[in-house]
Amino acid sequence: MSTHYTKDHEWIRVDGDVATIGITAYAQEQLGDVVFVELPEVGKVVAAGAEAAVVESVKAASDVFAPVAGTVVEVNAALPDAPETVNSDPEGAGWFMKIKLDGAPAGLMDRAAYDAYLATL
Amino acid sequence: MTNPSVNTDVAEPSASDAPLHSTPLVDAHRALGARMVPFAGYLMPVQYADGILAEHVWTRTHAGLFDVSHMGQAIVAGPDHATTAAALERLVPGDIAGLAPGRIRYTQLLTPEGGIVDDLMVTRPADPSEDGRLFLVVNASRKEGDFALIAEGLPAGITLTPMPEKALLALQGPEAAAVIRRLAPTADDFAFMAGGPTTVAGFDCHVSRSGYTGEDGFEISVAAVDAVALWQALLADPAVKPIGLGARDSLRLEAGLCLYGHDIDETTSPVEAALVWSIGKRRREEGGFPGDARIRRELADGPSRKRVGLKPEGRAPAREGTEIHVGGRQVGLVTSGGFGPTVGGPVAMGYVETTFAAPGTEVSLIVRGKPLPARVVTLPFVPARYKR
Repeated sequence: MSTHYTKDHEWIRVDGDVATIGITAYAQEQLGDVVFVELPEVGKVVAAGAEAAVVESVKAASDVFAPVAGTVVEVNAALPDAPETVNSDPEGAGWFMKIKLDGAPAGLMDRAAYDAYLATL
Repeated sequence: MTNPSVNTDVAEPSASDAPLHSTPLVDAHRALGARMVPFAGYLMPVQYADGILAEHVWTRTHAGLFDVSHMGQAIVAGPDHATTAAALERLVPGDIAGLAPGRIRYTQLLTPEGGIVDDLMVTRPADPSEDGRLFLVVNASRKEGDFALIAEGLPAGITLTPMPEKALLALQGPEAAAVIRRLAPTADDFAFMAGGPTTVAGFDCHVSRSGYTGEDGFEISVAAVDAVALWQALLADPAVKPIGLGARDSLRLEAGLCLYGHDIDETTSPVEAALVWSIGKRRREEGGFPGDARIRRELADGPSRKRVGLKPEGRAPAREGTEIHVGGRQVGLVTSGGFGPTVGGPVAMGYVETTFAAPGTEVSLIVRGKPLPARVVTLPFVPARYKR
């Protein structure tokens, strides 16, 4: 199992051919109090970089992009009724969706590279 | 994830690259862990460490302290109240002549077409020695234009003097009165929309029982040089926490109050904006203010569109700019919308064709291309708790 990151502040945990996706601690901090999450339908086919979910804080709405291409095989059904989980445990219980990968994910950062990227912001 | 910091209602970029102004409290905000954003040309706290939700709830349950020093304060001065009031009434539809000493009125500066240039508070001082003076508080984003418009519209012998040397604090919430009593025993005697000179924590201030949250509370005008010390004295009370612009926005939205540049602007009239209550009876009959023909026509025949409250079903917020549809046709636009922490769900306001303005009317809000069911509701979303 390996965890990767994007410049859009999403994390991707790859286990075999399934990637679990969420937003990073930095992203939830920037968003502030999350009050609404909209998840994709299971079975939806997504291209890398396509809009896949929506996360809204008190002040702002943001798109969550699919960082990898594939098919949505599971969503975090607890999240729409408890969107604050994105704030309290963004890189754990606050996960958004699982995508069955079409191929090997590309263009992602490891933790050290993401931390270095954060340091430039 | 898209960058959320570019898509907030309160974080409006300045119109130019001009350097941002700051209030006397900028260092105090930073010391409290504030996230600072550009707003109306000022660097202002959008939130402190606790975050917008917690700040909103604190204000509704205890007392929130806001720095609103970016707003414009000014004095209009003439020989006596009747003369000064008559001069200001040429620019606003409010009944200023009928304002009793020590009382405050909410009104609007208008374009010649009856659109809203700005909304403002006008106070007639209580002290007879100040007869002929009026104290104005206008929006930060509009103050330069407002002051030019007022100065230009005043006759000889009546002057406008902006007061950039003053700061302005707002203390709002159910515990605001108890807090102010500890620092200024007489301030709690003011009724809602009344005020006067008051010593607060040893500083000379002008205290008003007013605010923009729907809660009981006070606005405190103080010399900029005393602002930090007064801020600290108020914050020393355990009932008081600092509150940023983010919660100020959700509080005023739940209270059904307009935000200039969003819910009202130069295209909207006070009648369309459901601000008829702020137009004096004598003024409606006599006119004599900019745009009076349009406004009196709208009062007689009804406006073509009206500002209403909107309650979306479910949890998805409908933001500013969301189209309002009925029967597959657009009938209006959301002008403010978001999550109401006290309501515990999404709340919005906007303009609809008058036919669809009745409370209970079912509408669709087009959010991300999909119709979201919503109802027209009576404002405010949270009952006001002003001290009458």
